[in-house]
Amino acid sequence: MSFDLVANVVVAGVLTGLVYGLMALGLSVIFGVVRVVNFAHGEMMTIAMYAATVLFASLGLDPFLCILPAALAFFLFGYVLQAGLINPFITRPEHSQFMLLVAVAIIMVNALLMIFGPSARSIQVDYQLESFEIGKILVDKARLFAALAAVVTAGLLFSFFKFSLIGKAIRACADNHLGALVVGLDVKKLYALTFGLGSVCVAVAGCAMVLLVDVTPPLGPAYTLLAFVIVIVGGLGSMPGALLGGVLIGVSEALAGLLIAPSAKSMFSFGLLILILLLRPQGLLGKNP
Amino acid sequence: MAGNYALSVVTLILYFAYTGQAWNVMMGFAGQLSLGHSLYVGVGAYAAGGLFFHYGIGPWAGLPLAILFCVALGLIIGFLAFRFGISGVYFALLTIAFAEFTRIGFDHLDWLGGPGGMFLKVAQRDTWDILNFRGPPLMYYYAMLFLCGAALALCSWLLKSKAGYYWQAIRENEEAAQALGINTFRWKMLAVAISSAMTAVSGVFFAFYYNNLFPEQIFHISRSIEIILGPIIGGIGTLFGPILGAAVLTLLSDGITDGLAALGWEIPGIKQVFYGVVLLAVIMFLPNGIWPPIARKLKL
Amino acid sequence: MLTVNGISKSFRGLKAVSNASFEIPEGSINALIGPNGAGKTTIFNMIAGVFPPDSGSILFQGKPVHGLRPDQVCTAGIGRTFQIVKPFAGLTVLENVMVGAFLRETSTAGARRAALEILERLQLAAKRDLPASSLTLPDRKRLEVARALATRPKLLLLDEVMAGLRPTECDQMVEVFRGLNREGLTILLIEHVMRAVMALAQHIGVLHHGEVIARGTPQEIVRNPAVLESYLGEEAEV
Repeated sequence: MSFDLVANVVVAGVLTGLVYGLMALGLSVIFGVVRVVNFAHGEMMTIAMYAATVLFASLGLDPFLCILPAALAFFLFGYVLQAGLINPFITRPEHSQFMLLVAVAIIMVNALLMIFGPSARSIQVDYQLESFEIGKILVDKARLFAALAAVVTAGLLFSFFKFSLIGKAIRACADNHLGALVVGLDVKKLYALTFGLGSVCVAVAGCAMVLLVDVTPPLGPAYTLLAFVIVIVGGLGSMPGALLGGVLIGVSEALAGLLIAPSAKSMFSFGLLILILLLRPQGLLGKNP
Repeated sequence: MAGNYALSVVTLILYFAYTGQAWNVMMGFAGQLSLGHSLYVGVGAYAAGGLFFHYGIGPWAGLPLAILFCVALGLIIGFLAFRFGISGVYFALLTIAFAEFTRIGFDHLDWLGGPGGMFLKVAQRDTWDILNFRGPPLMYYYAMLFLCGAALALCSWLLKSKAGYYWQAIRENEEAAQALGINTFRWKMLAVAISSAMTAVSGVFFAFYYNNLFPEQIFHISRSIEIILGPIIGGIGTLFGPILGAAVLTLLSDGITDGLAALGWEIPGIKQVFYGVVLLAVIMFLPNGIWPPIARKLKL
Repeated sequence: MLTVNGISKSFRGLKAVSNASFEIPEGSINALIGPNGAGKTTIFNMIAGVFPPDSGSILFQGKPVHGLRPDQVCTAGIGRTFQIVKPFAGLTVLENVMVGAFLRETSTAGARRAALEILERLQLAAKRDLPASSLTLPDRKRLEVARALATRPKLLLLDEVMAGLRPTECDQMVEVFRGLNREGLTILLIEHVMRAVMALAQHIGVLHHGEVIARGTPQEIVRNPAVLESYLGEEAEV
């Protein structure tokens, strides 16, 4: 077990983790503001991945070029989903909201199964096999580009929430629902907007991920769970936390795959989730409840 | 063998009705959403199955072992959750995490078959051998029918007893319940223990009915979701909800799959899409399930 | 019966209750009054076991109860109502009270019997099969009291139970409490409705900024200059 091998694995884990982090960021934003547990989050990411494969197969579009149209489409989809389906459910008990999205997730995953079948799909582009050399570390080009896309998107989202008026309005909703209503904010519209933004994260993450991983329908629920693990580990309501959590999970998965067995990597993530839920439920960077 | 097919469908309905009822004790009565109930089915199945596979010990001895393991697991999860104040969505995620962790764990447990599965020998399918739980489909049907009836009787009794009142109080408003002298921790643990014990029995049945166990299938989150579909569609917290829900779901889904097959459409995944749509419809329009409006019509 | 000795409680650096002490003699009706934010409900919550005092002690019938869980406090004989009523919405009125009754009854039939008696007492018997969610506010308050009474407390903590009631409803409640007190129930109430306080209380404690600034009979309190300044106002007419 040479240092080089471990270093390479860790770097790859960090880069993949940043993409995970973007996906989780979407979930964190949705949960943090709308307070709805988007149990269909991973399924939406899988849809994005499939969309990228379709666009590549039919139009030869590189997945990174798919990002803009995918983001737009997913924003609209998320907006409509929240406005049409989920908004009426805000006043219902928690388990009702939860099951609503479970139902949506089931429909999504199996619709994908029906349309695309169970075998894996992937995208092959030239630069997937190339890498940059930084000292003894080999960085996959595709992985680096994916991580860059994730970081740029996350950065844009941060700035939006910090500097734009709408972003501040959304944060106000998250902090104090009643207060936001009293001040006259159209909370329902802001919720829909937030879900749209969360969906954009998923779209970008999906387009980035499809170069790193072959896509099959069962990835949907797997990514949903992963997103939750990351958000809880990183801390609910903390955007940097989602990215940090993503990187942590990415690295731990990579290391677990190297040291134990590839199939055991999610076991580690679940173990981590259990520990965090018990010892520090607000997550690493979350606010103290 | 049309008779046997119909029997297997009814047995499946009863299986889901029973397991749904077991889940209902934790959710409907004590208000704790468990999305990892496949954990108990799996552990129960492997406990009794493993005993039979390695030592030839029959299901009746495997049953108490299965219950013991499942109750222990349930109490651990319950303790961790309730002591640390984890509830609602977080509790659901905790249960999922435990089930997933166990699924992957069993995949690496070669002594119990690993990912390739564990296969139980079936001695015969002709005569009723209750001791080894081997026989014709009719025997399994009666076994499941008995279990369903027993579960119904048990839950009915529980609902009318102090436990039932206390659980409903905890579900409605835990703080108010505490102010009335209810040790909510202890009662929630009781609900978890009963629920996991009942589900363990499902697992034992599963092992000796299907006779092959794969971690990827038995612990999978889809199994957990299948378990809860019946009670949710039928009506959480009610007595007949799980049975009605299981019946409606199984009959409709089989009907649709057969109908589509007759039309030449055999697409993997279509049954689950159907489940999803029914679930969505019920949640949106009949949030308390199908049973309460029917019960009102029948003036029950 | 209840001895509160020098209890204090801070929340994130803000001192809600500061060195409060008072005694509740057995069989008496006592009131805790003071402006909003004075710390009255915090004291209640410490007695009822919702959270422990940072310092000081609370003795009930000679035994310490500070630091006990709410359910243990109730089992020891202290019942409480909540300022914002918490009915079990999905249960009927009768079932709500039965939940309380089960603390002292073992059988369902016994709990039902005990619950019905209490409902009669509080004039809720006619509504016993209605869902608790369908009750009006005054009835919900009565249900809250009935439920707490079903646990057969020796001391009953009432948190602003008169708020929102019309004068006639308030008087009815006062009569109920007077009757229960005659039968031996010790009562400690938090109240803003001075009508009820003056009608019921034999002893009053006044809280301001977390400190007990006055203790005495109703007559003494309405003349106490510190109380008048901080809470009742110069022209207090009761």
